[in-house]
Amino acid sequence: MTNALTIGSRGGKHRTAATAARRRTHSARPSWDEPPTPVGQAAKGLTLGGTLAVILVPLWIIVLTSFSTPGAINRAGGLVIWPDGLSTETYRQMLGDPTIVTALGVSLGITVVGTALSMVVSILCAYGLSRPRSFGHRFLLMLLIVTMFVSGGLIPGFLVVTGLGGYGQWWALILPSAVSVFNILVLRAFYQETSSELIDAARMDGAGEWRILWSVVLPTSRAVTAVTALFYAVGYWNSFFNVMLYMPTDSQKWPLQYVLLTYVNRANGLPGSVNSGFGETHAQTAPLSLQMAVVVLTLVPLVIVYPFVQKHLRTGVLTGAIKG
Amino acid sequence: MSTAAQKRPAGPARLDRRTRLRRDKSLLLMTIPAVVLLLVFNYAPLFGIVTAFQEYDPLVGVWHSEWVGFDQFRQLFGDPAFWASMKNTLYLSFVQLILFFPIPIALALLLNSVISERIRNFFQSVVYLPHFFSWVLAVTIFQQMLGGAGVLNQFLRQHDIGTWDIMTNPHTFALLVTSQAIWKEAGWGIIVFLAALSAINSELYEAAAADGAGRFRRMWHITLPGLRGVIVLMLVLRLGNALSVGFEQFLIQRDAVGHEAADVLDTFSFYYGIATGGYSYGAAAGLFKSVVSLLLIWGANKLAHAFGEDGLYRT
Repeated sequence: MTNALTIGSRGGKHRTAATAARRRTHSARPSWDEPPTPVGQAAKGLTLGGTLAVILVPLWIIVLTSFSTPGAINRAGGLVIWPDGLSTETYRQMLGDPTIVTALGVSLGITVVGTALSMVVSILCAYGLSRPRSFGHRFLLMLLIVTMFVSGGLIPGFLVVTGLGGYGQWWALILPSAVSVFNILVLRAFYQETSSELIDAARMDGAGEWRILWSVVLPTSRAVTAVTALFYAVGYWNSFFNVMLYMPTDSQKWPLQYVLLTYVNRANGLPGSVNSGFGETHAQTAPLSLQMAVVVLTLVPLVIVYPFVQKHLRTGVLTGAIKG
Repeated sequence: MSTAAQKRPAGPARLDRRTRLRRDKSLLLMTIPAVVLLLVFNYAPLFGIVTAFQEYDPLVGVWHSEWVGFDQFRQLFGDPAFWASMKNTLYLSFVQLILFFPIPIALALLLNSVISERIRNFFQSVVYLPHFFSWVLAVTIFQQMLGGAGVLNQFLRQHDIGTWDIMTNPHTFALLVTSQAIWKEAGWGIIVFLAALSAINSELYEAAAADGAGRFRRMWHITLPGLRGVIVLMLVLRLGNALSVGFEQFLIQRDAVGHEAADVLDTFSFYYGIATGGYSYGAAAGLFKSVVSLLLIWGANKLAHAFGEDGLYRT
C-alpha cells in the first residue's frame, strides 16, 4: 500500500491508475488460472456484447421512434434507428387519448390492488405455516403444494369463475391468480430462517403471533418481500389472457396489455372506436410513433421499479428453486 | 433426528391436540384467506373436471348437464385437429428443448469467467429484464423488428433485396417461437446455473491446475460435474412441462401464422372449449393434457433418481 502511494506521488496520476489496474486484475484472477488468449477474449467480448445488443437495440429503436417527429419516421421509412428530429408530441397526444388513459388507469389499479391483496394473503399464509410443529401445518402445506402439480385445466377454471358471476367483473382479473404457491413457499423459507431467539424474546415480552409477524419477522425480511411483490406486480401488470376470458368486449375495462395487443400487435383501430364510434380518425391504424409510445408506456413502471428490486432477485429466485 | 426428538424435554410435540390447536389458532387463522382462495380457484375446478364426462350446458350448469361418459374422449381421439395440436405441442417442445436448454448454461459459464464484477452485474441486469415483459410486449417487439413492416424488412426494401416476413411464415414458426423464448427467458435462466457455479469449491480448481489440467479439462472434470444436479433438475422441470409450451405466446400469434402451425393442446382446449362453446370437449382435451403432464413429471423424476440425482422431489 505504501509502495503504491510512493510510486503514485513520484510518477504522477497515470502511473497510479495503471498500477492500481494491474493490481486489481492480478488479485481478482486466481493465481492458478491462465490469462486468456486474445482470440478467446475477443470471442467472449463479442458474445456478451452481442447478447446485450439483441436485447437493448430493439428497445432503443422503439423508444427512439416514439420520440421521433413524423418527418423523421417518414425519412426512415418506418422505425427510426438514428436520432433525426425528436419531439414529445406523441406523448402529449397519447395522454390526451381517453382509451389509453383509461387503460393505464385500469392496469395500475389492477396491479396495485392485486399486489396488495396477494401480498397480505401470502405473507399471512407463509408465516402461519412457518412456525415449527404448529398444528396442522403439514396438511395445509400439502394442500398448497398439490395445486402446483394438479390443475383442473382451463375450462373448469373458467366455469368456476363465470359460475360465481365473474364475467365482466373486476375481481375475475384479480382473485383467481391472487395466490401463488411458489411465492408463499419462498416467503415461508425466509420466515423459517428468522432467528428463533428473536422470536422467543418477543414472545417472552408477551407478543402474539400477529405482533411477532409485524414487528419482528417483516422488518427482517424486506428483501424477499420486495422480490415477491415484484413477481406479483409483474404478473398483474402483464396479464392479458384473463381479460380475453372475462371481459373481451368491454373496451372500457381493458388494461394496457390488451390495448397493446389489439391496437399495436394486431394493428386494429383504437378500441374506443369500436364501442362509442366517436372520432373518425380513430378508426384507422394509429401512427407508428403512437404505437411505439404505447409499447413504451407498458415498460415504464417496470423500468421504474426494477432497479430497486434487481439486486435482490437472486435471493428470491434461489430460495424458491432450492427449497420450494 | 429421532434422538434429538427424544432429548427434547417437554417439547411442544408432546402437547395434546386441543392444547396445540388453542396455542396455534392465530397461525391457522392467518392461513385461512390463502386456503379459501385456493379451494375456490384451484380445488373447485378439480371437481369441475366432471364436465369432461358430460355434455355441459351453461344454461343448466354442472349439476344438471347430461352425463355422456367417455363420449367426449372418443370423439377427441378421432379428431385430426386434436392430433395435429398434439403433434405441434411435442414438436415445439422438442425444438425448444434442443435449442433453448443449452443456452443459459453456456451463458452462465461465459459470464462466470468474466472477472470484472461491474460487467457481470450490468450484464445480469440487462438479460434478466425481458423475463418481466409480457408476451404481448415480447411478440410486439419481435414484430417491429422482424415483421412485414419491421426494421429488417425496411432495410431489405431500401436495398432492393426483396422482403422476408418471418412473423407470418408457418414453416419457420418453430424457430421463430423458440428464438422468442430464448430472447425472453434465456437470460433469466442463468440465475440457477450461476448460483451452482459459485457453490463449486475453488480449491478443486486450484488442485486441478496444480496437477496440470488446462482450462477445458477443468471445465469438463470440475465445472460440469458441479452443475450436474441443477442441470438434471432443470431437465426434469422442462420434461414435466413438455405439454405446456408457450400458451399465451401462441395465442397471440395464432391468427398471423394460421392454426395449423400454432395450435398446441392449450390453445386447442381454449378455442374448442371457450371460443366456440364446446366446454365439455375443451375440458376433455384439458384433462387429457393434465393427466399426461402428471405422468411426465413422475417419469422425469424417476429418471432423475436413476441418474442418482434428487430431481424435483423424493418420496
